[in-house]
Amino acid sequence: MSDMLYEAPGTLRAALALLSGANGKARVMAGGTDLLIQMRSGRIEPELLVDIKHIPDLRAIALKRGGFQFGSAVTCMELIEHEAFARAWPGVIDGVKLIGSIQVKGRATVGGNVCNASPAADSVPALIAAGALARIVGPDGKRDVPVEDIPTGPGKTSLASGEIVVSFILPKRLPRSGDAYLRFIPRTEMDIAVVGAGVNLTLDRRGFCTLARVSLGAVAERALLVSEAAAALVGTKVDDAALRQLAAAASAACRPIDDKRGTKEFRFKVAGVLARRAAEIALQRAGRKN
Amino acid sequence: MARHHVTATVNGDAVEFLCETHQTLLEVLRDELRLTGTKEGCGTGDCGACTVTLDGRMVCSCLVLGVEAEGKAIQTIEGMAVGRDLHPLQQKFLEHAALQCGICTPGILVAARSLLERNPDPTASEVRYWLAGNLCRCTGYHKIVEAVLDAARELRGN
Repeated sequence: MSDMLYEAPGTLRAALALLSGANGKARVMAGGTDLLIQMRSGRIEPELLVDIKHIPDLRAIALKRGGFQFGSAVTCMELIEHEAFARAWPGVIDGVKLIGSIQVKGRATVGGNVCNASPAADSVPALIAAGALARIVGPDGKRDVPVEDIPTGPGKTSLASGEIVVSFILPKRLPRSGDAYLRFIPRTEMDIAVVGAGVNLTLDRRGFCTLARVSLGAVAERALLVSEAAAALVGTKVDDAALRQLAAAASAACRPIDDKRGTKEFRFKVAGVLARRAAEIALQRAGRKN
Repeated sequence: MARHHVTATVNGDAVEFLCETHQTLLEVLRDELRLTGTKEGCGTGDCGACTVTLDGRMVCSCLVLGVEAEGKAIQTIEGMAVGRDLHPLQQKFLEHAALQCGICTPGILVAARSLLERNPDPTASEVRYWLAGNLCRCTGYHKIVEAVLDAARELRGN
């Protein structure tokens, strides 16, 4: 481990060249809050760390063609403090705010949260509900992939060797839209989700839901996009009957495990409860002027 | 061997050090720069005992590599008192007996100062949430919160 190299390239091109020259023995480092722990425990032993924090485009938050984009090395605190982003996507911010302590959020990034691929990652269901795309750049060029297609299982992603997630692209925010993310933990702070639920919806002028996306975390090997739960809201005024259907569809989509944080039975139940509560908050936020 | 030559400032003083890639900022502060006020608790970012600020943002120094400190401004507990004059937070921690074993105290003081720089008049609840990443197994937190609120009052001048 004492031979491990470190590079902090200033351009994406240089970062890609470093990765492709390392025969899969390199790791991309953004905030490092998961990576350092994994190295320390001996779980991973990279020969090269490629620190992407010095690439200016990967640190930017910008409005492009009416939609927000932010770089994969933007820290959680930078995103939380960006007022226009937080106004447009309060549900994404709900998730980002739950990632560790303020100290951890000062380093940790959404890019890292997605690529670390924990099924319980708090920003991931919120981004999936938001309809976020991840822009991936690698030796074969550039591709945009829905966030739900990146984590494939605990610690595993669909990224090919030498590829980097460079940014996240959110759709243009329509009027009368709102999103929310909630998680269950047995305390109020500093814990890992037992269940997480993200809901994003858009209403028409009469208050009928025209678009909805629902995502659940920590109830399967990766965060799930639950289209059946979203379908329960579309065409309704998000009334009690629709919310009950949403909750039932959310519970039905779970394929959880029993572990020390919660039983399967508990996760089925709580997924429905949280999806419903998140939808109620998203509905209230959609009713605000934004 | 991957030895890195790093220049940075610590508490306003220019420093330079050599480190290997795997060495954390915490290890560099304690073992290379001999600034042992910053403590190691868990080493995994859970306890906050190693809290310092990096370009004004509080971080767990156990989750930052020494080499990442290149060109950065670091503030540690050693920079808090001015000569023999304690910072009001330090003074209030003594007056309120807001520490027992003291291992968590440097990290909590650095975190509390970071809070008061951003929010000079926090509520008790805001103090508790801001300090949620700093674990104390002795005090039960009540005296810490009281000391921070009292220091905030003094710093505001009333």
